[in-house]
Amino acid sequence: MNAPVAPPVTAEPAQLTKETYRGRIHPDWCPGCGDFSVLVALQRALFELEQEPHQACVISGIGCSSNLPGYINTYGMHTLHGRALAVATGVRLGNHELKVICTGGDGDGYGIGGNHFVHTMRRNVDLTYIVMDNQIYGLTTGQCSPTSVKGMKTKSTPHGSVENPINPIPMAIVGGATYVARAFSGKQKHMVEMIKGAIQHKGFALVDVFSPCVTYNKDNTYQWFNPRVKILEEQGHDPTDFHKAIERGYQWGEEIPIGLFWRRTDLESLEDLEPVLHTGEGPLAFRNLGISAEQAKGLIQELL
Amino acid sequence: MNKIDFAVGIGGENGQGIASTGNILALIFARRGLHLNAYNAYQSIIRGGHTFLTIRAGDGPVRNMGDKIDVFIPLNQDTMDRHLHLLKSGACAIYDKEKVTPGKAADGVQLCAMPMKELTKGNKLAVNTAALGATLELLGIESEPLETVISRQFKKKGDAVIAENLTIARAGYDYAAQNFTAFSWKAPRGAKPLGIITGNQATAMGGAAAGVKFYAAYPMSPSTGVLMWMAAHARELGIMVRQVEDEIGVMNMVIGAAHTGCRAMCATSGGGFALMTEAVGMAGMIETPIVCVDVQRAGPATGVPTKTEQGDLWQVLGAGQGDYPRIVVAPTNQLDLFHTIPELFNLCDKYQCPGLVLSDLLISEGTTSIDPDDLDFGVKIDRGELILPNGNGLPAVALAKEGNGANPGSGYNDKAYLRFKNTPSGISPRAVPGVLGHIFTAATDEHDEDGTLISDEFTNPQKRRMMVEKRARKMQGALKDIAPPKLVGPEQAEVTLVGWGSTAGVIREAVEKLAGEEGIVANQLAIKWIVPLHAAEISAILGRSKNVILIENNQSGQFARYLRSETGFDTHGHIRKYDGEPFMPHHIVEAVKEQLAGKTRLSIPVHEVNA
Repeated sequence: MNAPVAPPVTAEPAQLTKETYRGRIHPDWCPGCGDFSVLVALQRALFELEQEPHQACVISGIGCSSNLPGYINTYGMHTLHGRALAVATGVRLGNHELKVICTGGDGDGYGIGGNHFVHTMRRNVDLTYIVMDNQIYGLTTGQCSPTSVKGMKTKSTPHGSVENPINPIPMAIVGGATYVARAFSGKQKHMVEMIKGAIQHKGFALVDVFSPCVTYNKDNTYQWFNPRVKILEEQGHDPTDFHKAIERGYQWGEEIPIGLFWRRTDLESLEDLEPVLHTGEGPLAFRNLGISAEQAKGLIQELL
Repeated sequence: MNKIDFAVGIGGENGQGIASTGNILALIFARRGLHLNAYNAYQSIIRGGHTFLTIRAGDGPVRNMGDKIDVFIPLNQDTMDRHLHLLKSGACAIYDKEKVTPGKAADGVQLCAMPMKELTKGNKLAVNTAALGATLELLGIESEPLETVISRQFKKKGDAVIAENLTIARAGYDYAAQNFTAFSWKAPRGAKPLGIITGNQATAMGGAAAGVKFYAAYPMSPSTGVLMWMAAHARELGIMVRQVEDEIGVMNMVIGAAHTGCRAMCATSGGGFALMTEAVGMAGMIETPIVCVDVQRAGPATGVPTKTEQGDLWQVLGAGQGDYPRIVVAPTNQLDLFHTIPELFNLCDKYQCPGLVLSDLLISEGTTSIDPDDLDFGVKIDRGELILPNGNGLPAVALAKEGNGANPGSGYNDKAYLRFKNTPSGISPRAVPGVLGHIFTAATDEHDEDGTLISDEFTNPQKRRMMVEKRARKMQGALKDIAPPKLVGPEQAEVTLVGWGSTAGVIREAVEKLAGEEGIVANQLAIKWIVPLHAAEISAILGRSKNVILIENNQSGQFARYLRSETGFDTHGHIRKYDGEPFMPHHIVEAVKEQLAGKTRLSIPVHEVNA
């Protein structure tokens, strides 16, 4: 019933180097954009983890930061605005041997994609979600986002936003994410560690990154963040302490924590819990199609 | 024509056991070898309301619910009042003499009042079972099949329930034998035992045959039956089944799974499909094959969730912004659903595009008899130019020989592979994540042959045009792979009746009735493949017809407008129905007669149930 079977591709691939992860083209982000740092940190994390690029899939939604899959040499999907996590769940379930990393922005993930964000977390799908959070809509030239602080003046809130922002850290902790971290584009080495931890974590991992928009957000700049961000790992934070994680997650103002807020390893991922993936036949995507004559007979018997 | 053809109508409140009685009768008829068609007219309500199930059976093909009821079982007064006037001489009504009072029935209708309290020993929920026994007796069917079928139906409820129902059914049977006059004919026997299947089951089984490995859905009537079948069989068949937070998530998840190489599918109704449409465009843009079934119900918005309509044609034609190739098909009955799903998967894999199925409540929730030999799960599987890492797809080596650059290398940084290569057919060899030497990004932004966003370099008008044309070109091939519609009936006819999708069965019967009872020679053109459309063949056929009438289950003539837009052909007349109920053969026969008599060009048959 299948096409003739060819031998698998077995040629030895070349050695992995930092260059391996370089994409086909140079990013078209504005000079100074925080997203450059995220791209480099992700490439570095993959290199340090010796992740083979053809076994990884970077999946984004739409927005400036969502252009990232085109700039990295792994399989990539540049999907629809807000839908990266839904697509990524399908990819993970179709081929659970792939490393899946979602990338996107705050509007994409917390705004239009909010519903998928909540449900992908509660399912504990084994993937890494890196949100380049610049608290603004950049690609549409500077409107209010779900993480824009109250009072922020943008092109869509010329008198200042009257809405309360989403705080993704506590939201993710109570939403069921099992690895919740924050990083800052100005602290790339720390970000590499956060991303590596997220990729290695089995379950849904969020890395919310302060990735300043140098063109449209004049409030939350590198200069604004630099003196404020404090690394949790340097403060002896215990990421297994739920209440402390929530407390630090709400902290905002003169001191803003970055680092690993919350991690739990006692919950199984969605993939672990689905017996269909554990039949010893490998990824669903590569299995033989059709059903056996015995199975067909059983299905027909139900109709008689 | 059928030698013997009869129908049983059971009505009452939801919760009175109408479905289980219907199922028992349908199984008894099917096991007897009778062909059947069952349609349940129900309300969006869990308890109460008015439900009316029609099971029509015969020894020839039974393609719709028919025009008449022979055995009428009103389980409450409301049902009696709404339907009694429709019974014709020779029919009988079976009812509880203490609870239901008949109104004025036509001459020759046998009123079979039964002492239900006595027969059921006071079990109010078993009145249907006593009526079932009586029905079999009147139809001349032995009481023996009751035991096995009742045991099957109530297996989960335990031996006590089975025994009680069996006793009551037999009591009803015996009471009818002593007190009522059986029909002058007996329910015939068919050549071989048949089974029963709903369209939703047939859809799901077609998916299983096609090798679906991923199924996702959000529950939505009348498509939920597909989800339930898939969920029940998921582990046994190795299918990943997910209930997702909304239909947006459903379609995106299905595309994700399909992108990895799975055959992936979903089903919904019009409202859910509306949420999916942006992602359907994504499947078109990133050239990922998926199959989505829209089981149409009466719209717009929430509409009438439990009623049938063919109202989503233009939604499906226009799903998603921009121009992109899609295949749209409207299967004509339950068995056709089973066969169409694997065929559509082959086309979608070959042309790397979304495939959309327009079904409707009538055939997806409707039940039909099925010959087990017609359910061949050994279907042809053609995955097109797919490159999988373990060779289960078309071998990369073979593709490379064709000179289309499918297998440029096996390293990490090979840049030679062009996922969206501009080929004469428009089809580009499709690697999936996990294959060495084929790394690419699938983007919903317009992209170059290698997947690079054209807006990331220079928004090149020549490249944009090339990619639009590459994708569009695929439909030229697809048109050759699908069968043109065929005229059924005599070439020379007074009138040609055109329909699309689920109306094929009832129109077929109307054609037979016109010839047999009215002396009007008609033929039929049932159109199944909607996009791409065999416009030239259809124009040629219709151009030879003296009089063309288009029959469809919607108000605005959606297919009439589509046909005109694709062929320039304007039909002479229209028969439309949009009251939530399907066409019955006489609706069409009477409308054709009035149109041939020159009385009107637009007929809107009235559904005769009392309001």
